[in-house]
Amino acid sequence: MSDPSSRHVVQIGPFHPLLEEPVGFSLTVEGERVVAIDARMDYIHKGLERLAQERTYDMVPILLERICGICSVTHSVCFCNAVEDLLGVEIPPRAAYIRTIIGELERLHSHLLWVGLAGHFIGYNTVFMWAWKYREPVCDAFEMLTGHRQNSALPLVGGVRRDLPVEYFPVVRKTLDELEGQTERLTAAVLDDPVLAARLKGVGVLSAEAALDYGVVGPTARASGLATDVRRDEPYAAYAELDWKVVTQDGGDVFSKAVVRLLEILESIRILRQCLDRLPAGAINLGTLHVPRGEGIGRYEAPRGEDIHYVRSNGTNMPERLKVRAPSYVNIPSFRSSCLGAPMADVMITLAACDPCYSCTERSLVLRDAAGARLLATPGLIEASRQKTFELARALGHAPDLELDPA
Amino acid sequence: MASTSLFGRALRRSPWVFHLGTSGCNNCDIEIADCLTPRFDVERFGVRLVGSPRHADVLLISGPVSIACRKPLQEAWLEMPRPRAALMVGVCACSMGGYRDAYSVAGPADKVIREVDPDARFVYVPGCPPKPETIIAGLIKLLGEL
Repeated sequence: MSDPSSRHVVQIGPFHPLLEEPVGFSLTVEGERVVAIDARMDYIHKGLERLAQERTYDMVPILLERICGICSVTHSVCFCNAVEDLLGVEIPPRAAYIRTIIGELERLHSHLLWVGLAGHFIGYNTVFMWAWKYREPVCDAFEMLTGHRQNSALPLVGGVRRDLPVEYFPVVRKTLDELEGQTERLTAAVLDDPVLAARLKGVGVLSAEAALDYGVVGPTARASGLATDVRRDEPYAAYAELDWKVVTQDGGDVFSKAVVRLLEILESIRILRQCLDRLPAGAINLGTLHVPRGEGIGRYEAPRGEDIHYVRSNGTNMPERLKVRAPSYVNIPSFRSSCLGAPMADVMITLAACDPCYSCTERSLVLRDAAGARLLATPGLIEASRQKTFELARALGHAPDLELDPA
Repeated sequence: MASTSLFGRALRRSPWVFHLGTSGCNNCDIEIADCLTPRFDVERFGVRLVGSPRHADVLLISGPVSIACRKPLQEAWLEMPRPRAALMVGVCACSMGGYRDAYSVAGPADKVIREVDPDARFVYVPGCPPKPETIIAGLIKLLGEL
């Protein structure tokens, strides 16, 4: 079994029928077993952080919605959280509730999308069609409330840009009622289905220790028994005032991840109902704000896990630096633990299990000169990054006695 | 019965499509997948998503073309049998949208494809993302052009 001569390298991607986005995986297999996995992820690098540094604070949230089509509320609200952290301001309660509503609607359609795709990945298209059919009314509700199926353009530093049309709330409530019944049926069907149990139980197991080692976040961590959730640990928007619970499972396999997401749909519906009932009156934003020099960090529980934005301001109307750490960035390396030793047939669903979003993640670009030689390889990039951090720390006056380690 | 109307011709053919997300934000890709699911169900027009450009009549392109995606896109285009056409889904594929100033994009998809095939034909579906209804309308228009 461990005869190296029987090793083959199988390439998946960059354009693979099961992948929405271009990404390259190379799997080293011995017979049917995967013994090593590597990924190439620079196909979607778009230079968004750089673009954000050329736009004003009002324009950046709209640009950041385009980091990822599913997490559009995530990235724009996370950026607003970061700038509000820098400013040290609290947003008005009505704005906090509106952000919660659009954030949870996004979680609903994202989780339904994943359930469908997971069915598709194991060749069970009935689940795919069901879940996506149930997802449509959520997109309709989002469109009714914000004017667009996914990109709301609502978040703004200091609140939200527009108010929600309260006349549509009864329709949204009805959508939630129907979705609750449908999700309960879907959950029951998934739990009882022998096909799904055979394909998903015990597949791609990520133990709690491995989850901690890799620092995974979101449903990937919660399915391994780690109860982490930014909404509870460091509440933003209106989560501190709402009654809901963090869903965890202990299996660590793909089945547990599916169950976590299905149960989270029901929790999101509970959160949404409370928000629609209690939406406070008042202002929806703080008006024009001047962003002084400084730095801020925003955290947000995306459907895939914790999203972090770092913003540094030099006192002008544009951020001097924006750094995005998307949840998939920490979830993807855990494939090293969950895929190794698995048969080839289980790899696709294991790769899909953490709901990887490559357009959020791909942040690398290799520069080559005319002859095709790499100008900066990984060690060079790390060295350049350390140098830059050191210079920034000096310029900001942090750690004045810090010496750059020559190694 | 040979119908010459646009809709008739569109229904008569069964176009197979290959979806190629060049470096978009995912949103157009999801709306394309949405077209295949029960509410919109483009399979009723005979549209089928296939796993290889060699099987496809129509290439669905979403997103601006990043430097890393330029060559794979051109290779996929040359692999397709004729007659072939591409549907540019979303404003990024049409004109690069908000990414036109980005340092890592190689150009809009039509320009990248015309580098290897000057006669390539395209239909543009703007929107960020276009709604599934718009994508279907664009597809029907493209089938009339084929």
